[in-house]
Amino acid sequence: MSIDKVWVLAESAEGKPTSTTLELLTQARSMGATTEAVAWGADTASVAGVLGNYGATTVYDVGDLADALPGAPVAGAIASLVASGNRPDVILVPASYDGRDIAARLSVRLDVPVITNVVNLTTDGDEVRSQHGLFGGAQVATARFTGDHPWIFVVRAKSFTAEPADGAAAQVVSAAVPELGATNGAKVLARHAEERTGPKLDEAEVVVSGGRGLGDAEHYAMIEELAKLLHGAAGASRAIVDAGWVPYSHQVGQTGKTVKPTLYIACGISGATQHLVGMKGSKNIIAINKDQDAPIFSVADLGIVGDVHKVVPKLIEALKARS
Amino acid sequence: MNVVVFVKQIPDPAAPQALDPQTHTLVREGKLIMDDSDAYGVEMGLQLAEAAGGGEVTLVSMAPAGETSGLRTALAMGAAKAILVSDDALKGSDALSTAKVLAKAVERAQPDLVIAATESTDGYTGTTPVQVAELLGFPAVTFAKKVSVGDGRVHVERQTEAGYDEVDCLLPAVVTVTAGVVEPRYPSFKGIMAAKSKPVDQLTVADLGLEAGQVGAAGARSEVTDVTAAEERSAGEIVVDEGEGYENIVRFLEQLKLV
Repeated sequence: MSIDKVWVLAESAEGKPTSTTLELLTQARSMGATTEAVAWGADTASVAGVLGNYGATTVYDVGDLADALPGAPVAGAIASLVASGNRPDVILVPASYDGRDIAARLSVRLDVPVITNVVNLTTDGDEVRSQHGLFGGAQVATARFTGDHPWIFVVRAKSFTAEPADGAAAQVVSAAVPELGATNGAKVLARHAEERTGPKLDEAEVVVSGGRGLGDAEHYAMIEELAKLLHGAAGASRAIVDAGWVPYSHQVGQTGKTVKPTLYIACGISGATQHLVGMKGSKNIIAINKDQDAPIFSVADLGIVGDVHKVVPKLIEALKARS
Repeated sequence: MNVVVFVKQIPDPAAPQALDPQTHTLVREGKLIMDDSDAYGVEMGLQLAEAAGGGEVTLVSMAPAGETSGLRTALAMGAAKAILVSDDALKGSDALSTAKVLAKAVERAQPDLVIAATESTDGYTGTTPVQVAELLGFPAVTFAKKVSVGDGRVHVERQTEAGYDEVDCLLPAVVTVTAGVVEPRYPSFKGIMAAKSKPVDQLTVADLGLEAGQVGAAGARSEVTDVTAAEERSAGEIVVDEGEGYENIVRFLEQLKLV
């Protein structure tokens, strides 16, 4: 079973392919196989140029889903393609909210398992092996499929570096959505985008994050102030987004965003596995925490054992004095 | 309003975790507890049944050796009964096999709504609930941060990369909830006592009409080939703040030319 064809689920946001999509296309190309993409949305033709530039020769266009959630229709369209004899050997899926839904439904439709939380892939002839962080990244597990193709890997953001291939625009081929019945019974009534100032969390060079150690919601203001002074973005641990202190779009971690900035500053964050998997790839890490045994110090290049309410205001004052 | 809530019984995450060196699966010895992530779903289910003015919460779990300690916690919170699938043949099941088992158990309960956590604390695969939805032909809404039910539909605020979506969904459906959705109640003494006598229907793979070869290690079509220690980050500098700790940060920022 050689690897001849790899499909990438191509997600778009604000009219452009997401960075994870481009990372997965780059990886698919490096596997030495024909690279194709599956996209959905109102205007797939407009992203075919970028997808082609990153190596996709064909884009299967599921079309405008209008108010439907993507899980059922995109999985259905892919299953129909496969049933018609167009069978990829590997399918790479971004580990996003919609990507996980699509992979799960596709797994049932094709009756093949999925491997999730992939942070690296290696190819050796007909073999593809995936790597996964365990126990907050202290250990690395290697996994592989032992059954039939296609092999579905759900891959975390920033696992690969996106590089254009200078390919021509991809050919767009329509992929029909089959009758879905009740599985397509969820409709989006309204979409709310939370307001953001400054750089995007997953693209910022500097990320300053706050956690439970801040004590209460109003102290998050100093995280935002420090982030702004460093021209960075403000992030948060799951504990404080679940507590409602800050919107979910600020969350860094397993169920939030994966960030790899030049500098990550963790303020009052203990460093649960949930959080570490989202930020331990940062080039430099500073941690401020009262508890000297907090796991966050095991990944910190500079650890300050102290009270965030004392250290952060002094730091802000010092930075203001310099500017 | 009858609700099924999935409850995973896992080793205490606060205790050191280990992998079996032979099988590379998580060691599950000793007492299991209810995954903390599932407490939110149990609470949500109880609140929805109460708000609907009738109906009950049925727990569905798959665990080795007839394990019920975690289920008792959820029963003590107020769930009416539980279905536990326990069978030696299930050892080593992947997410798809687990979903096939859970879907069969859900069919027995015939609920209006199935609630699960977005992912478990021990395995965090995060695909099982939607695999169950597809097997049952149900719609699914994942990452719910707010849930209400009315007129035969479920209304959800679903977390997205940019913010959240308001989603309206037909019932029966599968909804996965985040830890922000509700504040789980603590079981009362009365609840704990009552939980001891609540029914737990224990089933095998054969009872569900599945074949042993479809599930467990026999049915798994993926494997962990090895586990190694990750490359460690070189140990950083740790400074105890005595009022001047911020100066170390300023010097670090200078080295990175960020100030």
